Amino acid sequence: MSDCISHSAPEPAFLEPWHAQVFALTVSLNEAGRFSWADWVTRFSQTLRRNGLSRELDGGADYFDAWLETLEAILAEAGSASPQEVALVRRDWEEAYLSTPHGDPVHLAG
Amino acid sequence: MPHDHSDHPHAVLPSDPALRVKALETILTRKGLIDPAALDEIIDTYQNKIGPQNGARVVARAWSDPAFKAALLADADPVLAELGYYGRQGEHMVVVENTPTQHNMVVCTLCSCYPWPLLGIPPGWYKSDAYRARAVREPRGVLADFGVSLPAETAVRVWDSTAEVRYLVLPMRPAGSEDLDEDALADLVSRDSMIGTALASKPDEGALT
Repeated sequence: MSDCISHSAPEPAFLEPWHAQVFALTVSLNEAGRFSWADWVTRFSQTLRRNGLSRELDGGADYFDAWLETLEAILAEAGSASPQEVALVRRDWEEAYLSTPHGDPVHLAG
Repeated sequence: MPHDHSDHPHAVLPSDPALRVKALETILTRKGLIDPAALDEIIDTYQNKIGPQNGARVVARAWSDPAFKAALLADADPVLAELGYYGRQGEHMVVVENTPTQHNMVVCTLCSCYPWPLLGIPPGWYKSDAYRARAVREPRGVLADFGVSLPAETAVRVWDSTAEVRYLVLPMRPAGSEDLDEDALADLVSRDSMIGTALASKPDEGALT
């Protein structure tokens, strides 16, 4: 419906691309039955509470930092992505960025 | 293919969390646990297709059609499903009606449960500790921060969302909107008015957010 465009949301849904990525990863894993949404909310709210003890969370970047921390913990416990695997592949991505000329698409080697 | 002999400055290195997310995506894709195309579809949906305009259409219809409104307030899920708005996480939607004697406001004290199909992704302030803590403790103070002051005889009820139940506020139809059709009515319904931190706009104001 084209008339919806006239009152679309004034702020972007996600402030940074990785916020959208980690959100989509989580929704996708939930829809594939990897965890229930109730379980997700329980774990995520625990992370928020813990992180909120030391400082007041503003609902911006700190919110998705907590989101990512929660997802990493769930995937580590499930054996789907161990901290060691994440560290290795993260390093591969970092090296790929550092060895790709500016403007070229970045791909993992191999 | 990476250029291993280049003197060009390299690609801008993403932030640490962005690299960790890329790592997760790579690992889960390699294991067949996710489909990158499905991720793109989810992002496109929440970035471009779902937003407060969905909820505004529901509110405008409820203002215009008493039978629809009665059905919506009694059991929102089937009514919304018929419009194509259903929770992907299987949650239930409950619509709460503002009246001269009761104003409703929605919060999620646990995290940020929110009626995604009707309002999209919540704004930053909805996810902040400040709103989540204060909405329950001093709702009138929060409303004042949003520029809303209610008559003393209007009670404020705060609804705490959960993984299973998400709330949408049905704001009061503003005075002067009697002659408007549904499209024009929907323009008066802001996102915040459906969270309960604003009132519906009057016809001469236009929706603010």
